[in-house]
Amino acid sequence: MVGTNKGVKIGVKVLAYLILFVVVLCMLVPYLWMLSSSLKLNKDVFTFPMQWIPESPRWSNYKEIWTRIPLGTFIYNTAKLSVIVTALQILTSSFAAYAFSKLNFTGKHALFLGYIATIAIPWQAYMVPQFIMMRSMGLNNTHLAIILLQAFSAFGVFLMRQFYQSIPDELCEAARIDGLSEYGIWARIMVPLSKPALSTLTIFTFVSTWNDFLGPMIYLTKTELKTIQIGLRMFISQYSAEYGLIMAASVISIIPVLIVFLVLQKNFVQGVASTGIKG
Amino acid sequence: MRNETTINPKTIRKSRLSKKTREHLIAYSFIAPNFIGFALFTLVPMVFAFILAFVKWDGANPMEYTGVSHFIRLWKDPTFHKALWNTIVYTVGVVPLTMVCALGLAILLNQKLFARDFMRTVFFFPYVASLVAVAAVWNFIFSPTMGPVNNLLHALTGVPIEDLPRWAADKDWAMFTVVLFTVWKNMGYYMVIYLAGLQGVNPELYEAAELDGANAWQRFRNVTIPQLAPTSFFVLMILIINSFKVYDIFINLFAGADNQLNDATRVLVYQIYNTAFRSLDYGYASAIAIVLFLLVLGITLIQFQGEKKYGQ
Repeated sequence: MVGTNKGVKIGVKVLAYLILFVVVLCMLVPYLWMLSSSLKLNKDVFTFPMQWIPESPRWSNYKEIWTRIPLGTFIYNTAKLSVIVTALQILTSSFAAYAFSKLNFTGKHALFLGYIATIAIPWQAYMVPQFIMMRSMGLNNTHLAIILLQAFSAFGVFLMRQFYQSIPDELCEAARIDGLSEYGIWARIMVPLSKPALSTLTIFTFVSTWNDFLGPMIYLTKTELKTIQIGLRMFISQYSAEYGLIMAASVISIIPVLIVFLVLQKNFVQGVASTGIKG
Repeated sequence: MRNETTINPKTIRKSRLSKKTREHLIAYSFIAPNFIGFALFTLVPMVFAFILAFVKWDGANPMEYTGVSHFIRLWKDPTFHKALWNTIVYTVGVVPLTMVCALGLAILLNQKLFARDFMRTVFFFPYVASLVAVAAVWNFIFSPTMGPVNNLLHALTGVPIEDLPRWAADKDWAMFTVVLFTVWKNMGYYMVIYLAGLQGVNPELYEAAELDGANAWQRFRNVTIPQLAPTSFFVLMILIINSFKVYDIFINLFAGADNQLNDATRVLVYQIYNTAFRSLDYGYASAIAIVLFLLVLGITLIQFQGEKKYGQ
């Protein structure tokens, strides 16, 4: 670093902070507006100039929303689906990935290629026949349909297999000589060693199931089965003028993801970085 | 681990199956739970989708083979053309803008800055925040007459509110609004990918360039850009594919309670959804789905070629 153009460097730094400050503001304002409006009467939401901190915050919005729509049911449904899908995804993906990475069997390469090829096929291209099939199995308007269509992803297998490839085969060999079964090796060696990949897969699956929109929209038309996303959407389109309540419900729908995100942020960002680079 | 070691390996060998067969069977038992679910609920529908594109079927009456007539119909269907065109316009709008914003923010955040982690969190969070909720806020903020954006514009420029853009409600501004929203929501994700790419750039390259007298712009142009080429390529491909698959953003920004989009905002996936679940024309919906599939396949093939080139 040459010290000659120190003035320029400070100038650049000030400019960088200025740009970042404006961007941070643009990113944050919608949430702040959401929070502020969620504590207002409908008639006060759009007053201009904006009153950021309501004079008499209407906390009752947060009470009323639970009785206006079955918000508790929506949250329970979403949490239930997210947890089950994530657990199944983790279990079956890491199980299959172990075979693809550390075991030999006929058709291994062909099968793995098939898995990879399907990652590239967009779900939207086969969602219609998938729905027809599920319906003929009597699974329309069941949570089971959502679970079945999301729990067995090729992406999960691919992600876990990439990670297992970085674990030396010698480790498994040594365990086999010690008499550990393959299931034992998976449970006692691979799973503990692959915590970073498992947490990445957990976060991605959980958040994408929590936020899924089109899947529940196709399958879940009964109100008592709806997830928070489509439940909230239903409320917004039915009571479009209930600004305060809509914002209160929106805040509530964001909080669980915010908590998960803040707690696991590090794994999240690392996950995006590594899967992003490796494709 | 102790208990397992007491199993005598000889007892395993005694089984009637050969060692190799046993090994293979164990391997299949690992694959099976995932594969059965995957085959049944992903592979079968994929094959089914191709068959459906060549038949006429409403789900109740028997299927009727129609050959390529769905594709001929697509060729002449103005609604489909509109959807395809809107999807392309959306993609052309979202992709470059997201890349520039993501790269710019990544370069800024790659330096030692005050509150860097906080800013990274703020930029990334919209990507994971519930779409329905943030789209609702956007629609309120950009509301044509009541929204703070237009009120602010009115206060600043003096232009009457009626003459200001009506954003999502205006067919000429709808696409601009949805592009802006998408960039706002997703740029943090691509920023993180770029940040990881920047970490991989050898700092000695910058030092060498600086010794050669390269200024900041020249260093950016001749070190950062070429070094990030593989990352940019990957980001470009993912962005294009994700833009082709868009649906939920459009529904949440534009559609009313009936979940309908008009000619200014209909996109490919909406067209698939509507044709299948509203018109119950499963065959024709699958033909549109095939078009989507071919578009994504084309990009994926380019991506494979590129990954060979960049040696990933």
